[in-house]
Amino acid sequence: MNKALLTYLVWPVVKFLIAFVIVQVIVILMTWIERRVLGFMQARLGPNRVGPWGLLQGIADPVKLLLKEDILPSSAEKVAYFLGPMLPIIPAFIVLCAIPYGPPPTFTVTRINVGLLAILALTSTAVYGIILGGWASNNKYSLMGGLRSAAQMVSYEVPFGLSIVGVLMLSGSLDLVQIVRYQEANAWNFLPQIVACFIFLVSMNAENNRTPFDLPEAESELVAGYHTEYSGMKFAFFMLAEYAMMIVNSSLMVSLFFGGWTLGMFGLGLTTEVLRSWGFLGGLLGAVIFLSKVMVFMLIYVWFRATFPRFRFDQLMDLGWKWMIPLALANIVVTAVFVLAGQERLMYWIGLGTIGATLFYLFRPAPKRAAAREKVIHAS
Amino acid sequence: MFDVHEMEVNFGPQHPSTHGVLRVLLRIDGERIIDAKPIIGYLHRGTEKLFEHMAYPQCIPHTDRMDYVASATNNLGFVETVEKILGITGQIPKRAQLMRVILSELQRISSHLLWLATHAIDIGAMTPFFYCFREREQILDLFETYCGARLTLNCMRIGGMPDDLPPGWLEDLEAFLVKFDPAVDEYESLLTTNRIWKKRTVGIGVLSPEDAIEWGITGPPLRGSGVEWDLRRAQPYECYPELDFEIPVGRNGDTYDRYLVRMEEMRQCSRILKQCIPLIRQTPEGDIKAKISRVIRPPEGEVYHSIESPKGELGYYIVSDGKTQNAYRCHVRPPSFVNLQALPAMAQGHLVSDLVALIGTIDIVLGEVDR
Repeated sequence: MNKALLTYLVWPVVKFLIAFVIVQVIVILMTWIERRVLGFMQARLGPNRVGPWGLLQGIADPVKLLLKEDILPSSAEKVAYFLGPMLPIIPAFIVLCAIPYGPPPTFTVTRINVGLLAILALTSTAVYGIILGGWASNNKYSLMGGLRSAAQMVSYEVPFGLSIVGVLMLSGSLDLVQIVRYQEANAWNFLPQIVACFIFLVSMNAENNRTPFDLPEAESELVAGYHTEYSGMKFAFFMLAEYAMMIVNSSLMVSLFFGGWTLGMFGLGLTTEVLRSWGFLGGLLGAVIFLSKVMVFMLIYVWFRATFPRFRFDQLMDLGWKWMIPLALANIVVTAVFVLAGQERLMYWIGLGTIGATLFYLFRPAPKRAAAREKVIHAS
Repeated sequence: MFDVHEMEVNFGPQHPSTHGVLRVLLRIDGERIIDAKPIIGYLHRGTEKLFEHMAYPQCIPHTDRMDYVASATNNLGFVETVEKILGITGQIPKRAQLMRVILSELQRISSHLLWLATHAIDIGAMTPFFYCFREREQILDLFETYCGARLTLNCMRIGGMPDDLPPGWLEDLEAFLVKFDPAVDEYESLLTTNRIWKKRTVGIGVLSPEDAIEWGITGPPLRGSGVEWDLRRAQPYECYPELDFEIPVGRNGDTYDRYLVRMEEMRQCSRILKQCIPLIRQTPEGDIKAKISRVIRPPEGEVYHSIESPKGELGYYIVSDGKTQNAYRCHVRPPSFVNLQALPAMAQGHLVSDLVALIGTIDIVLGEVDR
């Protein structure tokens, strides 16, 4: 076997399979973690019957779904109905190849020099499955769910993409490895790009149809939205795609703004060089660091879900077009000015200031809770 | 190109957020509601007709099943009406009156908790649901300790109460009340100042005071519109005149104000309960029933009596022919049924998502709407 074949075909496939399995395991774990964490936040237990602490719930669920009857509504468009759940899952798993899990080359599946662009292009195709599935079910609620998700995902694609531009200008590359290397040499990008980081966080929630942007499947309005008519494994595929996309988006968040697999800034701490000097184990440590950071953002998804009510459709569009996009554009201009002036490091102070102001706001002396209550007049 | 493409959607009767079996026939243009037509009757059980064939005490369990999340107030309305037609309203012992007030205020809290839970989950806030059920569970436990039932209490009798309070019950109630006020603060901390919650509720389904009165709307929706009308004050019954409480009133008549009114009402309920505990301790134990004949045969005549149920004015109209032990005719004025009328007017021009919020804010129970 020649070396090129090994480098470009065999190893990537093997690594992809490993990544695929790991992500699958995380998805399975995540369904359990989400419900347990939600339970913890909501004064209840969550699943705790299957296996120790309910750990095997993630396996019991797919088994149940596999055994369930696969219903095909008589008035559904058969081909589109079958394609619906398949389409979102394909890009979600292909994208796994482009994410650097640890120090390259061992811990990246493939290194694409336009990696970020490829990821954005692929993830945005996921919406087709939802629209197709919603339309093909021939159910009015599904149709409305599909339409909502089309509008939502297309709108939030824009701030999602725009928020990345600042990072690209700073690091000067579309290659995720390059972006992480930039961050360990300078500061993690959430400091100079705090606004972009925030926009990214919000729009990745919207991209994933997660609360408070879960309008396409708004349970209390559209029954279950686009997957109302789906049952069994087809439904599970929608869920699998959603969770895989959550992992992808969290990974992007970590790679773009939170230093990827490193735990170091300004060339200090656990940088790629340090990790590499420890050989394979160092690389593994990098991957563990990366996955831990990803899990933090996965938990933020869950936290959001437990906290927020749902937006209304027009309010969601307002937020996207009237606030997020102008903000993202302004961020690009500001970043461009700083980069042109060669004063990137000045932006750290903006980030620090914002974080400080936020912390001050959160931990300020308790506000008078009666403020809202006084709106109600007391007659006696 | 811009012509209106209407779509007709059957919202219910089996839908996660129609609170039972309400069916709303929606005509929508995109997501905007052109017309919403509530269709009711899926839970019709002929309760009023049943009342004509049963002796008065036998009717009480059937009143439980109208507003099945607030059965104590249903019992209260019925037994008070029968007492009124018998002319024994003044003979009810103090202890029984206080017990009635305690049970119905607890019931008001539990009904409002269920309303908040479902209203919040309809708007997408998942967590308040579980917090509310945590406290509601404790109220249901209290009910269970008193009368053995948790939901359909059947806890009042014509002329008094069936049983005295079990030992330790008042202490349990006190323990619950200590925990309850901070719990209401906790719900409010999740919702009241939440921007998304405000966006979803402020200005939605505005009901002007004039409209509200014309529709015959009562209860929190009426008070949310700024009309100070609470039957506990306006037509006092039991020992409410002795108790000190405030009637919260809204300003704008929107969903948010109705939310605030109900939240404040829960606090006021807790305040009433706190006043009742020392009062009931002063009354002699076991003095819970007026001395009346076991056979209830009211004189010929008719009477209408209404009380403030958690959802509004709950009225009973009883016609007695003076010869039998059954009512000749019994009509119920359920607050949910009357309040539901306003739904089409409130929903017009709003989005589908708002309809869900509106059904929640009216706080209907279909058992009561259809009877």
